[in-house]
Amino acid sequence: MTESLLIPIIMTIVGAATPILLAALGELVVEKSGVLNLGLEGMMLIGAVTGFAVTATTGYAPLGVVAAMIAAAASAGLFGFLTLTLTANQVATGLALTIFGIGLSALAGENYVGQTVDVFGSVFPAALAEHPVLRVIFGYSPLVYVSLLLVAAVSWFLRKSRAGLILRAVGESDLSAHSIGYSVIGVRYMAVLFGGAMAGIAGCFYSLVLTPMWAEQLTAGRGWIALALVVFAGWRPMRLLLGAYLFGAVMTLELHAKAAGFSLVAPEFLAAMPYLATIAVLAIISARKTGKSLAPACLGKPFKPSS
Amino acid sequence: MSNDIKPRIELKGITKAFPGVLANDAVSFKVEPGEIHALLGENGAGKSTLVKMIYGIMQPDAGEIVWDGEPVMVANPKAARKMGVGMVFQHFSLFEAMTVLENIALGMDGSLSQSKLEEKIREVLHTYDLKLDPHRIVSTLSVGERQRIEIVRALLLEPQLLIMDEPTSVLTPQEVAQLFETLRRLSKTGCSILYISHKLHEIRDLCEAATILRGGKVVGECDPRKETPTSMAEMMIGGNLKQISKAASREFGDDRFIADGLTIAGQGDFGVALDDICFTVRAGEVFGIAGVAGNGQNELLLALSGEEPSSPADAIRLDSHAIAEMDAVGRRNLGLCAVPEERNGHGAVVDFSLTDNTILTARDRMELSSNGIVYGGAARTFAGQVIDDFAVKTTGPGSLAGSLSGGNLQKFIMGREILQNPEVLIVSQPTWGVDAGAAAAIHQALVDLAENGSAILVISQDLDELLALCDRLAVINEGRLSKTLNVGEATIDEIGLLMGGVHGDPFATAEMTEAVHAH
Repeated sequence: MTESLLIPIIMTIVGAATPILLAALGELVVEKSGVLNLGLEGMMLIGAVTGFAVTATTGYAPLGVVAAMIAAAASAGLFGFLTLTLTANQVATGLALTIFGIGLSALAGENYVGQTVDVFGSVFPAALAEHPVLRVIFGYSPLVYVSLLLVAAVSWFLRKSRAGLILRAVGESDLSAHSIGYSVIGVRYMAVLFGGAMAGIAGCFYSLVLTPMWAEQLTAGRGWIALALVVFAGWRPMRLLLGAYLFGAVMTLELHAKAAGFSLVAPEFLAAMPYLATIAVLAIISARKTGKSLAPACLGKPFKPSS
Repeated sequence: MSNDIKPRIELKGITKAFPGVLANDAVSFKVEPGEIHALLGENGAGKSTLVKMIYGIMQPDAGEIVWDGEPVMVANPKAARKMGVGMVFQHFSLFEAMTVLENIALGMDGSLSQSKLEEKIREVLHTYDLKLDPHRIVSTLSVGERQRIEIVRALLLEPQLLIMDEPTSVLTPQEVAQLFETLRRLSKTGCSILYISHKLHEIRDLCEAATILRGGKVVGECDPRKETPTSMAEMMIGGNLKQISKAASREFGDDRFIADGLTIAGQGDFGVALDDICFTVRAGEVFGIAGVAGNGQNELLLALSGEEPSSPADAIRLDSHAIAEMDAVGRRNLGLCAVPEERNGHGAVVDFSLTDNTILTARDRMELSSNGIVYGGAARTFAGQVIDDFAVKTTGPGSLAGSLSGGNLQKFIMGREILQNPEVLIVSQPTWGVDAGAAAAIHQALVDLAENGSAILVISQDLDELLALCDRLAVINEGRLSKTLNVGEATIDEIGLLMGGVHGDPFATAEMTEAVHAH
């Protein structure tokens, strides 16, 4: 009896958590390199609509995912050109990218509204993926497993690899990295493009896995939650994993409360919970005066070499 | 072998222009293998530009760099390192939040496993008898230790030429001695050293040859061992150096500025707590506070200037006023002015004109504003007066503070405060990064102000400066202040020992103080 209640709950939590995990993981790498890209929401939408359109046209979901990555990375590349090459303000450019992404995705997706697509098959045999209990482990979209592998990969990359060391160095002190002879702008471009690609996968998780269909503003502000999540996690991939599932649980609260006939508070209040939780988390983290700041020291600062 | 007589590096007619400035104008000189060669010059003489070109951070517009007899193009720092050039920067290029090991790994080309690298680091530390823990986070290290990271990083590459840009400006005398020992050992192995410093007596101790730059041109070469600091300074500025003129014996007035048991808890991870700070500055006196950076000087300046009010109110007194609970504006109205260590963003707003910068601290004392309205004309006049009286090189009161060189901006900030005729002036690092000519002018202005009856407190890491300037001094270490010493009675070595270091034992400091007083 409990499993018939618990297993769907766990599965919806994982579903809600995976896209913000993917997007936040990309943003974490971007921020570690010292760039603040607030355009996450816009990039996710561009990824969502591209993934859906390509899958609907070709009927092949993996191709849709790749297209989503390319499209979102291209929009990130535009952001990179403006902020890194032209040293435009990162906050303003990021906000503009979000607005741009909302508009562009609505326009591009107009003809796809209401269509459906063939979604991913399962990676595991049906005996496992559709087993009433074991599906809690084996019954997800391949993208869910990809997201977990990526957390481990990014964590290893940042802590153990030389490229990760350089990336952290660039985010920690751009001038020092430059004087030693690393290409600050080059490293940041790579990070920004990676962040874009990750946002693309996150976006098409909504349009190809969760709904699966396209509607305007499909991501419903989840990009902002992913941004908050990076801060919440203290720029650490493993904590990001924890945070994403925590936020996923809060986000699914509303659905399950409604299903259970819980009516003590207004459903609108429950729907607002993830956003309230975001504000609360950010306020608590910024209020912690003692303890060193975990943020990369150069976060959001444009780099202009003196020579 | 004929190779032996080729210079390690020779510069031929190196020229580099920036918009509006010719930073290097046909600079030529050479450094022999194993030679410790000094590069002398005032701020803006073009030393930094020159070494940046040797290290490949910039490319020359004209001229040639010859390395071991071969003309070379140094495309970037990586190419320079490959050639055998190591560099220790003036502002350390370190990553605060990372470990020593990670910092060193970042400076190495090519991959090396962490354990292999650590092994090599320990080898270098052992060879040169240096102390450093590879696993410490940089932000917890003293300045001397940070510099050691840069040195180890350079030594690991087994350089043929090591460039040191102002390496001793932040070290205690003992740390300087240790550094020189390392450099001499290194030069014996055949490594050439190009040494940039303002501290002329150090150059005399260490270097075998010197090239002097002025206005981007080579104006002379000398053997520092045969020169005096004054003669070298005069070659640098191309004129006579003014000595501080100070009345031999002076009468001091009443106690003017008093700290009495000033105690403040440390802020954040890296803040230093101030513990029972007591001193007295008399009218007409220059009082010095020596110490290595990071021992509470910043906290002390903030507490004394009023940026961080504290309690009880009578822990800081100006004449008969108890002022510890007052803010900076209140204190300034009583006649207490302060010049912080950091010029850009603390002492002056970089993107403001000089006129606007005078309004920031002088608006009340110089009546530059009233009832919320700023008198632009009066401010411009006052800024112009500061520029004239302190010979600040600028195009006028309307130019941006950020457009001035460090030394000129420092002269302007000092002038702005001194012309307000303060009862008490607190200055931190008055001549940090300021060249000899400007430093002499600043020192003279401080002494003159004291002779008019003001009480002056100078916080500095430069012992020579304090000994030349001050009547009495005390040493700060880990937030504690030693007893007051009379200048002329304590030797540099004794004060150096009191300075200890960031990780010095404060109780040992107290004992040392007793010892210094005992004799």
